[in-house]
Amino acid sequence: MKVLVGVKRVIDYNVKVRVKSDNTDVDLSNTKMAINPFCEIAVEEAIRLKEAGIATEVIAVSVGSSASQEQLRTAMALGADRAILVETEDTAEPLTVAKTFAKLMADEGAELVILGKQSIDSDNNQVGQMLAALTKRPQGTFASNVSVESGHVAVTREIDGGLRTVKLALPAIVTTDLRLNEPRFAKLPDIMKAKRKPLETKTFADLGVEVKQHIQLDKVEAPAARQGGVKVGSVDELIQKLKDEAKVI
Amino acid sequence: MATLLIAEHNGTELAPATLSALTAAQQVGSDITVLVAGANVKAVADAAAQCSGVGKVLLAEGDSLAYDLAENLSELILSVAGDYSHIMAPSNSVSKDAMPRVAALLDVGQLSDITAVLSDVQFQRPIYAGNAIATVTSNDAVKVITVRAAAFDKAAATGGSAAVETLAAPADSGLSSWVNDELTQSERPELTAAERIVSGGRGVGSGENFALLEALADKLGAAVGASRAAVDSGFVPNDMQVGQTGKIVAPSLYMAFGISGAIQHLAGMKDSKVIVAVNKDEEAPIFQVADYGLVGDLFDVLPELTEKL
Repeated sequence: MKVLVGVKRVIDYNVKVRVKSDNTDVDLSNTKMAINPFCEIAVEEAIRLKEAGIATEVIAVSVGSSASQEQLRTAMALGADRAILVETEDTAEPLTVAKTFAKLMADEGAELVILGKQSIDSDNNQVGQMLAALTKRPQGTFASNVSVESGHVAVTREIDGGLRTVKLALPAIVTTDLRLNEPRFAKLPDIMKAKRKPLETKTFADLGVEVKQHIQLDKVEAPAARQGGVKVGSVDELIQKLKDEAKVI
Repeated sequence: MATLLIAEHNGTELAPATLSALTAAQQVGSDITVLVAGANVKAVADAAAQCSGVGKVLLAEGDSLAYDLAENLSELILSVAGDYSHIMAPSNSVSKDAMPRVAALLDVGQLSDITAVLSDVQFQRPIYAGNAIATVTSNDAVKVITVRAAAFDKAAATGGSAAVETLAAPADSGLSSWVNDELTQSERPELTAAERIVSGGRGVGSGENFALLEALADKLGAAVGASRAAVDSGFVPNDMQVGQTGKIVAPSLYMAFGISGAIQHLAGMKDSKVIVAVNKDEEAPIFQVADYGLVGDLFDVLPELTEKL
């Protein structure tokens, strides 16, 4: 079974986000970039399926700028067999990314696609679901457990009230939540080896993917800062403040 | 211009988040239809019909809609989508699952988690875990939108008298089936609906120690939440997580015990009206957003607070 796994280059999750002074976007110049944490979990899950003898090949796919090669090399150092970069200098919208994956899924004959549930930059949480809809395949979103059996995959999903397990016919699309697994670190020999693994570059035109602008970014601002309040010295003072000043108890 | 609003419910009652999303829908336009989908949800449709500003309620009941399977729910929404310029839903694990499918099949983009309606085409939404706010304009004929409930006041649940029309449930897709649920059983209010929340972090130390928070919560009629650190440490289940990747809440009173205040946690609770923080570390970032901070050991403060309230 071939597995496609999505990899997005995003700001490192430990870096504090700065908004550009002209309010056109977030300032990413000289900023540390990394694999989106949810994508890292997706890569780990795919590699575990390969180690378990279920996946025959793991293909890491990124839609983004040429700099995304760095994240694809990391995915290959972690264990992906090869990589495809669909190169674009413009920000790709979720629907465009989903159309790209739909084409690659068909071209590669992939039976399972594992994606992060959302990227920590745009926070859209859309691509996996859109891909499933476009390919008319089932989806297991926000997965905390994935178990592939013959012809289907059981996915335990994190839902608002707890956990829900669904059974999906293959091919299927899975999106990862935080507790699916703990990603490994790449070892130095694997990082060296990854440099020799195949990385193919394509464009939307090569894949016949039509790019439309659905949503236009008008402005980006820093959120209103919340003012810190006062320190209280005792439980009695806290209760008095909550009763008399805040009037919430 | 007409809006279809997908109701959030638990099978028997309309969720308060629906009323918040209804406010957002009213800011878009006045022609609002509410869609109630599920296995046996007539009571929910009747409640939706009473809400202020609702023009019509569509009720779809059937086995294919019993477990919120996105494959079936998105087909249902698509079957009526042609009548609307806006398709909206409160942001929750059902709408996050189904709405992007609807958008993709309509060949339109989706606006996720909007926090403000500026016009019928322009909206605000948080990006980078709420560390930046984007103003965006949709170029699509149909706008598919999920609404962050905590950002909108609740519309009145009374005052309306909409007609309820029945809609045929879609056939089961045959691609996906429900196996089982492990739902958290609790007598306390739901986190996203609670007026008061008592929340614990890594500092609480263990799952057993959460009993101290539960005692206070019961005294206050509050829900119990947790930081990601507490969930990842296995103290409490994932559905209690407050934060960017968990629940986004905005109660009147949010009390944080042993929570340092990581940016991901703040993103999930910073819109609360009053924030109280109790932490041993007076440098903890949570104090920068707390209205009332108490530097102290939560194991001393919690029992005293519970006793004196």
